[in-house]
Amino acid sequence: MTAAPAVEKAEVKPDEEFPGIAAPDTRKGYGGYLVAPEHLVEVVTKLRDEAGYNYLSSATAVDYLEEGKLEMVYHLYRITGGPALVVKAQTPRDKAVLPSLVPLFPGADLQEREAWDLYGIRFTGHPNLKRILLWEGFWGHPMRKDWKEPYFEEETKPFDSRWPGGAVFRSEQHNPFGHNVKYPDGFTLEGWTPEADKALYAGLGTVTDVNAGSLKTDQIVVNLGPQHPSTHGVFRIAATLDGETIVDLEPVMGYLHRNHEQIGERNTFLQNIPFTDRLDYLSSMSNNLGYALAVEKLMNVKPPERAEYIRVIMVEMTRIANHLWAIGFLLNDLGAFFTPALYAIQERELILDVFEATAGSRMMCNYMRFGGVARDLPDGIEARLNELAFERLPRKVDELDAYLTNNEIIRSRCIGVGVLPAEQAIAYSTAGPVLRASGVPYDVRRADPYSIYDRFDWNVAVRYNGDVYDRYLIRLDEIRESIKIVQQALRDLPGGEIQTGKPQYQVRVPAGEAYGRVDNPKGELGFYVISTGKPNPYRYHVRAPSFINLTPFGEMCKGHKVADVVVILGSIDIVLGETDR
Amino acid sequence: MYGLGILRGLGTVLTHFVNTYLDDIRWLGRRYYNPQALAVRQGPKTAGIFTVQYPEEKLVTPEEFRYIPFLLYEVKEDGTKEDRCTSCGICAKVCPPQCIWIERTTDPKTGRPVPAPREFYIDIDICMNCGFCAEYCPFDAIKMDHDFEIASYDRTSAHIFNKERLSTSVDYYASIRPTNYAREEVARAEKEAKKAKK
Repeated sequence: MTAAPAVEKAEVKPDEEFPGIAAPDTRKGYGGYLVAPEHLVEVVTKLRDEAGYNYLSSATAVDYLEEGKLEMVYHLYRITGGPALVVKAQTPRDKAVLPSLVPLFPGADLQEREAWDLYGIRFTGHPNLKRILLWEGFWGHPMRKDWKEPYFEEETKPFDSRWPGGAVFRSEQHNPFGHNVKYPDGFTLEGWTPEADKALYAGLGTVTDVNAGSLKTDQIVVNLGPQHPSTHGVFRIAATLDGETIVDLEPVMGYLHRNHEQIGERNTFLQNIPFTDRLDYLSSMSNNLGYALAVEKLMNVKPPERAEYIRVIMVEMTRIANHLWAIGFLLNDLGAFFTPALYAIQERELILDVFEATAGSRMMCNYMRFGGVARDLPDGIEARLNELAFERLPRKVDELDAYLTNNEIIRSRCIGVGVLPAEQAIAYSTAGPVLRASGVPYDVRRADPYSIYDRFDWNVAVRYNGDVYDRYLIRLDEIRESIKIVQQALRDLPGGEIQTGKPQYQVRVPAGEAYGRVDNPKGELGFYVISTGKPNPYRYHVRAPSFINLTPFGEMCKGHKVADVVVILGSIDIVLGETDR
Repeated sequence: MYGLGILRGLGTVLTHFVNTYLDDIRWLGRRYYNPQALAVRQGPKTAGIFTVQYPEEKLVTPEEFRYIPFLLYEVKEDGTKEDRCTSCGICAKVCPPQCIWIERTTDPKTGRPVPAPREFYIDIDICMNCGFCAEYCPFDAIKMDHDFEIASYDRTSAHIFNKERLSTSVDYYASIRPTNYAREEVARAEKEAKKAKK
């Protein structure tokens, strides 16, 4: 880790340190500092090296159409904990250029590519600035406020055609398949090969001179996916190989892209909750919570005690279910075909039964509301939870531990594979189990507490080697910690209301910005929401842990074999619904 | 000793394997197609094989389970059906994927809206089963169903449900969600009483 400077604990005021360069953001409901773009790198360097803000959590863009400006918003944190320092830089819409932060924070890599892709901000100094979620034949930058999608009906929901006229139509009638695409000027599909794929196809079968000791070998580019069972979804890996060793590797994503954020800005605040279920669809409860916290910050409401406890129980149960799934499928990736996976999934099913009985759905829970939860625990669920948390789950986790941890095959395949050192884990903005397995005890639940996590007795799980084996072990540790939290929450579960105020279908959200973040099973999930006081959010951004945790993927795979790539990917634990959004 | 970890792990597998037979013996041939055994098999005390023999056996859907909304009507004493829906449009406004279309009835004489829907459509291809419509309906007129076996042969014609297809009696609702129904009836009775007092 970078050495902690003496000023570490003091609050930093960039506007005092950089007079004339940084100024506090004085818009109503906003915070943070506006920095002149030409000085952005200088300011952020100083914040990182002298004030200890060495963790770039989120970097995202906002389109202020009326002012004619695009804005990049950076959320910087100290890896030792504490609140965010928000830095913003603005650039004109018609000529959007900003300096890249990749040389300072490699974790900005994919996020800046996303901002280029969706907003059209050019980052000078970015090593690989090309589209990431969309393809090269896509016209325009879809998150800009003046961009309209082919299915465009109205700027915001609810649409006027639904009521009281009720003239029903199927969207296919208005948008026949094949006619809903627009290409950039001068773009023809005829004979077109994607830029990235040119290298890929040129590499196939071409002899390049490589010196690998005494043996003369060829380099070859191999394409893994997008349809491949080991990629956990539609995810593609373009790997350059020397023999069977990875020389270079690039993740290619976006096959499941549906412009979640654009949909989110069309929706009303409440309508977004079920959409967050579909991000990381293995842990919908925590997604709900992250979004609810962000909007609750804006609305300034607090859920009642009972709702807080129910939230914690559900979210920690989600973590257990998610990690069971992750461990099971890591074993699948190692070649242990489905026996360990099904042992893990069986326990997950029992947890999903609880979700189904409480929330109404096993995976798309849609359970949290602003200022509470949707409904109370039904009869018998508390007993079921008690039985799971106190009796069954601890026993089954021990069984899984005894079954797998000391297995020699697992050890030899996992120990020392895909190592991510602590400094790199921080610089790459990784989060969750990936970060903590590298020896950085950073857990949002402890570092920047939300909900009622400060009331429970639990430890931040941490492992120090940063390899696949430690990422496996830390998931077991986290399951045990989560069981501890659930046990305490069940013991202390108070009675009373589950919702502050009356449930409303149209919530009033005061103008301003908020960044709500939770420690999702996959890592830090953040929601950056801007309200203008209207029923729909002006900006809705998801800081997706699965997406950002992939930034160091290529680095982790270098020097390993093809079979290890699958295992390393499995140990990062991604869900494509969240990666591609 | 190298390989001990693998052997121990295989021991776990063997335990699972033996447990399946022990559990079969425990139920003496009544392990399948038996609701009591299914409840144990799918509960926290489960041991042995966990799977459900669908479609002969089906998981019991919990009361809160939600799948595709339906509209409620009440059967009056003279046998006529009366929709609870007043076509206020809250469900259409709150619906996240905007899959609800409501045509309001207007009085032909006065041209004023009448609190009853002329038509009600739900495009079930678009419905995401979030349950908001049921949750925010002030008249308890739209509720989520339990029937998840709705496969059909033609998606272009069969997947927009109209009012006729959606309408279901209150009795059916009371049968699938007894606790919710009881609670709502109490609340409705209280409301009626308040109204009567005024």
